[in-house]
Amino acid sequence: MYEFDYHKAKNVKDAVAIAKKQDEAKYLAGGMSLVPPMKLRLAKPGNLIDLNEVGELAGIKVDGKTVAVGAMTRHESVAESKDVKKAIPALAKLAGGIGDPQVRHRGTIGGSLANSDPAACYPTAVLGLGATIETDQRKIAADDFFTGLFETALKEGELITKVVFPVPDKACYIKFPNPASRFSIVGVFVSKKGNEVRCVVTGAGPCVFRVKGIEDALKKDFSPKAIENYKHPASGLNSDIHGSAEYRAHLITVLAKRAVAGAE
Amino acid sequence: MREFGVGQSVPRYEDARLLRGLGRYTDDIQLAGLVHAVVLRSPHAHARLRAVDTAAAKAAPGVLAVLTGADADAAGMGTVQPMVPRQRRDGSPMVLPRYRVLALGKVARIGDPVALIVAETLTQAKDAAELVAVDYEPLPVTLGTATLTRPGSAAVWPEAPDNVSFVFALGDRAKTDAAFAAAPHIVKVENTISRVAGCALEPRGAIGSYDPVEDRYTVWATVQQPHQSQAQLAGEFLRVPPAKVRVIAPDVGGGFGVKGTGYVELGLVAWASRVVGRPVKWMSERSEAFLCDDQARDNVTSAELALDRDGKFLGFRVRTIANLGAYVGSAGPLPPTVNLGGLVGVYTIPACDVEVTAAFSNTVPTAAYRGAGRPEASFAIESAIDRAARELGIDRAELRRRNLIPPTAMPYKTALTFNFDSGDFPTGLAKALAAADWPGFAARRRAAAATGKLRGIGIAYAIEQAGAGLEETAEVRFDRSGFATLFSGSSPHGQGHETMYKQFAATFLGLDPANVRLVTGDTDQVFHGIGTFGSRSAAVGGAAMRLAAERIVVKARKLAAHMLEVAETDLAFEAGSFRVAGTDRTIALTEVAKASYRTFTLPRGFEPGLTERATFVPSAPTFPNGCHVCEAEIDPETGATAIVRYTVVDDVGRVVNPLMVKGQLHGGIAQGLGQVLLEEVRYDADGQLLTASFMDYAMPRAEDIPDIAIETNDVPSTTNPLGIKGAGEAGTVGALPAVMSAVVDALASAGVRHFDMPATPERVWRAIRTATAGPRA
Repeated sequence: MYEFDYHKAKNVKDAVAIAKKQDEAKYLAGGMSLVPPMKLRLAKPGNLIDLNEVGELAGIKVDGKTVAVGAMTRHESVAESKDVKKAIPALAKLAGGIGDPQVRHRGTIGGSLANSDPAACYPTAVLGLGATIETDQRKIAADDFFTGLFETALKEGELITKVVFPVPDKACYIKFPNPASRFSIVGVFVSKKGNEVRCVVTGAGPCVFRVKGIEDALKKDFSPKAIENYKHPASGLNSDIHGSAEYRAHLITVLAKRAVAGAE
Repeated sequence: MREFGVGQSVPRYEDARLLRGLGRYTDDIQLAGLVHAVVLRSPHAHARLRAVDTAAAKAAPGVLAVLTGADADAAGMGTVQPMVPRQRRDGSPMVLPRYRVLALGKVARIGDPVALIVAETLTQAKDAAELVAVDYEPLPVTLGTATLTRPGSAAVWPEAPDNVSFVFALGDRAKTDAAFAAAPHIVKVENTISRVAGCALEPRGAIGSYDPVEDRYTVWATVQQPHQSQAQLAGEFLRVPPAKVRVIAPDVGGGFGVKGTGYVELGLVAWASRVVGRPVKWMSERSEAFLCDDQARDNVTSAELALDRDGKFLGFRVRTIANLGAYVGSAGPLPPTVNLGGLVGVYTIPACDVEVTAAFSNTVPTAAYRGAGRPEASFAIESAIDRAARELGIDRAELRRRNLIPPTAMPYKTALTFNFDSGDFPTGLAKALAAADWPGFAARRRAAAATGKLRGIGIAYAIEQAGAGLEETAEVRFDRSGFATLFSGSSPHGQGHETMYKQFAATFLGLDPANVRLVTGDTDQVFHGIGTFGSRSAAVGGAAMRLAAERIVVKARKLAAHMLEVAETDLAFEAGSFRVAGTDRTIALTEVAKASYRTFTLPRGFEPGLTERATFVPSAPTFPNGCHVCEAEIDPETGATAIVRYTVVDDVGRVVNPLMVKGQLHGGIAQGLGQVLLEEVRYDADGQLLTASFMDYAMPRAEDIPDIAIETNDVPSTTNPLGIKGAGEAGTVGALPAVMSAVVDALASAGVRHFDMPATPERVWRAIRTATAGPRA
């Protein structure tokens, strides 16, 4: 690890102010994605702004129509929340399947979204439910948020404060985990709310993306059968030692079918 | 003391310490003035080293030394030597490229050590390492075990233009050829054994401390064989008499063979300590471990089995190319050559012919890892039997049954070095088939098919050699309070030596475990030792402890007779006390021990104190064996494969601690299963390591391991006084072939004819897709 300066933020205003003042500043949420590359000297932030004691960033609020999750809410809190389980069971299950127990007790939704790992789980729920990402400056629609490999619409120093998920009629996330890292080789999130259907894939592209072919078919008939002949093009998909682009393309249809079958 | 003795499931005494973070590992050692070392490693798999410029690094803050290969040569540092010599096909000595502590002239694999940077702090050492300017000229990279020796493969070393270091042959070629010529059936399998990394929980590390007053080195290190490391440090690296080197293995967090001898870092920290005049610590991080720890397995084997019309085995022929990596490591020649006896398994195979070609590649060197050639050998014969059963239309278990060596044939001389002293294989097979409900598999397969899954059942009857040849030592030392300290030349790295030796002390000497302490791993305290590997510590170390205990009783009896005023022959030793025969007059051994220090009350000629040591040399190896049956379920849509049922009936000889044997089997099976389903070291075409962290190198997790049903079929060994055979590697030796057998069986039900490990999802999915798409044309 290279040396860096550590700042403990008291509240959102304080955190943003420090970020404005310091060069090469990074917010430290759970640290599950930021700290390992720092330890390997692959990341070199000059300043870390620790959000872990910013109480206003953590917590879950559920009303009839939405589930609002504070940016510093740990995966385990979402996975174990009775309110979330009741309102959007798919979201609770997704959170309960991230990493391992240690990661789930440290990692946060804000950290996951800001990092936008190409194989992360949370972005599928955000895009798959059409959530809104709230920051210290504005509200960003999920469809506008994920812009590329480890890239988002967030501006320099902009801080996610919470994520507001509309409650769907039903939804489901199925992940085919990388046997080593337990990130997704491919993960598929499917949701239905009235006439709107979303099908979102992680692990297969530079960031999460919607699959129009599957969404269109499911709009007509929300059943596994409706998409069993869907063939996703392999070109442009990720390819590595754990899965070729062709295999990932195949998994998109398999997992989408299972997600539709499991939607609740 | 019976409840603490041999045969009891005594919970591990060391766990209270180790599980609460109170272990004392190499990285926990604090020394005054300790400084830190970082090894700069090659980012190229093969390159000429044109220049190593250390000037900027030497000038960096806190830096005490930057050492290179040229410095090592100038200081007279030696090179790694293999433990055994081998020859090339023409009888000339094996090709042995110079395996230096720091590379000079060229680097031959990713991670080759190029420089050692020593600084006041670890961060300073890492910062300075970034300032070392190395001018590399990349050279062609040679990879791919199957093709290393083919014409056209670039030579890793000019002295071996064909990349062959040595060729090792065993068996009777003429007799085998004759058996094949007359055989009505010959089946052939071509297998790849993948390369794996033996990932111990604790990475490797070492601290060197040179004492100019005594002109002597002390090295604390994560090693399995401290006395052998001492010999290597003295003889190969530092070139000083062994008396000038003390090695201490403190708590060691897992070894599996990977923490054997041959590591240059031990020599580097010792040398660096002399250079900077301070103790020097090097501690590997996980990502460095994938580069600096020996890797394992990695061979390509062609095996042919000849059978008669009734399925009786007539002969077995094996040709293997073993990938040594870039150098011949200390233990490098062992796995491909020393455990080949397992190739004939538990079967009556009259003729066998084996030839192993060991070849160089631009990869991390390979060495011993749990089984060290045993799982590979078992896989060769067991996969050939499976193939024969399929081709001849005989049930796989039945074909094995027809060829098992009967217990009445013991002792049995096999066609390939192994001379079995004991073992009841037909009983083991019958028990395993019953416990695993082999006949009920068809119904389970149908049930799985109803949920869209392919289910397969696998079987392997593995046998291995353990505790061969080398001696082990023990010492029992009573102090004047009657407290006993045991010393063992075999030191633990997770096995549970403390518990086992306390059980020995309870059984052999009737000692309360609370009054016994075990000392291991320190070459100054333990007079001699070989170490822990090859499933040998219980059988060989235990026999040594028994000898030492017998000597204690012989000496103590003299004093007890004097104290009780009877003849020695009137005394019986039982449960820790001497009893006058036919009376209730007794005296405890611990009281005799105390009395042995009361010099002026001793009988004439009795040397004060009660301390004995012993060295046991086994006359012959032991042969742990076991029948493994397991079932795999494959999701054909994704290729995901799970092991859903596992049964093993094991013969590890007499059992010291059933709980610990179960633990050994669980861990061993997990490592065999891990290799088949998950683990694989992968390099890209440039020799870059693709699996350089746990993000890409998949270790088995608890959820990957099914419940394991363990039954025993123990037949005491006759080759050591305790009847112990050994349990350390048995799980892996059986699991590798058994799990593959199950996976291959599941895939065969989808028409797949051949499948190589690992059974990772995409590979399984592709195999099924290719097989089902095949006949369409």
